[in-house]
Amino acid sequence: MRELTFASAFAEAVREEMERDPSIFVLGTDIRIRGGHFGQLKDIGQTFGPKRVVDSPISEAAMVGLSLGAAMTGLRPICDLNFEDFYLGAMDEVVNQIAKVRYKFNGQFKCPLVIRASSGVARATGPQHSQMLEAWFAHVPGLIVVAPSTAEDAKGMLKTALRGDDPVIFSFHKMLGNMKGPVPDGDYTIPFGQAKVLRPGTDVTIATYSIMAPKSLQAAEELEKDGISAEVIDLRTIVPLDVKTVAESVKKTKRLVIAHEAYKFGGMGAEIAAQIGESVFDYLDAPILRVGSKHAVIPVSPVLQEQITPGKADVVEAVRAVMEGVAVR
Amino acid sequence: MSTNTQSAQLPNKHDVRSFDSEFVLDLLKEMLRIREFELRAEEQTLAGNVVGGVHLAIGHEAVAVGVMKALKSEDYVTGPHRGHHIVIAKGSDMKNIMAELMGKATGLSGGRGGSMHMADVETGLLGVNGIVGASIVVATGAAFSAKYLGQDRVAAAFFGDGGANKGQFHESLNMASILDLPAIYVCENNEFAVETAVSYSTGVDHIAERGSSYRIPGIIVDGLDVLDVYLAAKEARLRAVQESRPTLIEAKTYRFKGHSIGDKENYRTKEEVQERMKSDPIFKLKHQLEDAGWLNEEQWNEMKLDVENEVAAAVDFALRSPLPDAATALRHVYSKEVF
Ligand SMILES: Cc1ncc(C[n+]2csc(CCOP(=O)(O)OP(=O)(O)O)c2C)c(N)n1
Repeated sequence: MRELTFASAFAEAVREEMERDPSIFVLGTDIRIRGGHFGQLKDIGQTFGPKRVVDSPISEAAMVGLSLGAAMTGLRPICDLNFEDFYLGAMDEVVNQIAKVRYKFNGQFKCPLVIRASSGVARATGPQHSQMLEAWFAHVPGLIVVAPSTAEDAKGMLKTALRGDDPVIFSFHKMLGNMKGPVPDGDYTIPFGQAKVLRPGTDVTIATYSIMAPKSLQAAEELEKDGISAEVIDLRTIVPLDVKTVAESVKKTKRLVIAHEAYKFGGMGAEIAAQIGESVFDYLDAPILRVGSKHAVIPVSPVLQEQITPGKADVVEAVRAVMEGVAVR
Repeated sequence: MSTNTQSAQLPNKHDVRSFDSEFVLDLLKEMLRIREFELRAEEQTLAGNVVGGVHLAIGHEAVAVGVMKALKSEDYVTGPHRGHHIVIAKGSDMKNIMAELMGKATGLSGGRGGSMHMADVETGLLGVNGIVGASIVVATGAAFSAKYLGQDRVAAAFFGDGGANKGQFHESLNMASILDLPAIYVCENNEFAVETAVSYSTGVDHIAERGSSYRIPGIIVDGLDVLDVYLAAKEARLRAVQESRPTLIEAKTYRFKGHSIGDKENYRTKEEVQERMKSDPIFKLKHQLEDAGWLNEEQWNEMKLDVENEVAAAVDFALRSPLPDAATALRHVYSKEVF
């Protein structure tokens, strides 16, 4: 298999799908020449030209709203909002319009569109360029929310999005963009709502997604040296959420740590923990622990930033705590 | 008013005789259909048969009818919360509209949307909307799609003067201008956003002036004169299909009823409303038709009876329609059942 970066696997999916389906177009800022701020659509503009790769003014509401109108009338937009933080200028369009259009009109219209934006913390990205908003979107019925962690999944899940009929929020973590991984040759898709066991283990389950997936893998390697066998599950899709795979794993390992970069308070970890509590509580030998950002604005100073955002060490620490059956952390 | 479009062969808005008589009689009947629908919708609301909030468009009839008559049936339309007139003028069956107000299974949106959330894929109505300003962006996208697909189709967005103060308005007009979209932006300026007067809320004298900020012709029409609206919309459609350029139409109208049913209307006097109702668009056209000798009392009564029967049948249909099947409450959130 070839090795590709997450970003180039994403771009490859866009290119292949645009060749396959002329109704797909891209709308974004600084997209046609530069290929987006993370090179996520490098060379797409040169290949497909200004009709299908449309440079947009900085008008997030109109970008998302235009994508909605286009999706309702036969096109398949990929709307590139640059940074996930910039959704907030189009939140009405996302929450009140896109998410509800199928339901409120009784299924008369499809809404096949993908919104891509770069999420998460990178070095010194600061208060307004670092956020992980997937829990906000997950709370809104009508949106599919995906946050893959590998190049293979980035390509396969984008293809699934571009062949489906629902609006997809594609969370593309900045720090994953340059990460390399094997990508299968030829056409393939990855279904939504199926978690993937990245690493089998017997002592503890780590349920995670996006950037915390590779960090959890590193944590598992470190824990292995101490004889702790961690099973790492990449959820891949936030909505629909595959808690079943996590539950099956917990039945085996009896312990669960949930790791995401978004805030722990009110984050997806709370939802997953609650669902596991509801379904397989009797199997648990230790409290469920969550790893996530502390409840503060993300500062620009790396020293401060590190205090707030989780890393490999936090996962290791949480796993050690559940192995000892520690309740309070 | 600024335009490059040829308009020499167009009729004169001041002279009803310069139009085809059947056409003008049809305009009158369409406005009457809307008026009668609205009056009966009000009645049904007060009787407790309607679920959800209702914003009547009495006074706005000429805007919807004038624009829709200038559009082709394949053109796309979006509208705001005050939108029954738009849905009717675009061609949806009144029975299904009334049923939607009553939350019935036979409603345009299967009882899921109500007054503010009606769409009709058959007529190209991409929805009226409960969020002020939202109609504007959706139509911009439909115009984009029509152009992208090379269709001879335009998209018209209806919105209020309140909507014209939303960012979506400005973002859309700019976007449509730079992308050369076949869009028509129709502002129904009824002078109020709930109780807030347009003179207070709006930093220009005429919303149409804002077109110039985006290199879009901004045209002011008498929104109580269906012929004036029609001609401007016809010109806008021509510009959209021939030049792929957007137009902003500001239709100066007036809301003869409260913001929504039950509005105490403390922000204006009864006398003011009475005075303004002298410019009722329906009676204005009726008189023009009578003066032209194209309408007599008998024909008028016949037309009224026709319309009353149609609306009564719609009310009857809606009242007798079944409620939605409760088991379908989770359907259509996603294309497949996810949860
Ligand atoms: C974004 C948003 N803000 C506020 C409201 C509440 N609201 C509903 S209608 C309305 C007034 C809108 O005025 P205008 O756009 O002029 O339309 P009109 O009611 O006069 O027809 C308001 C404030 C809303 N629905 N959406």
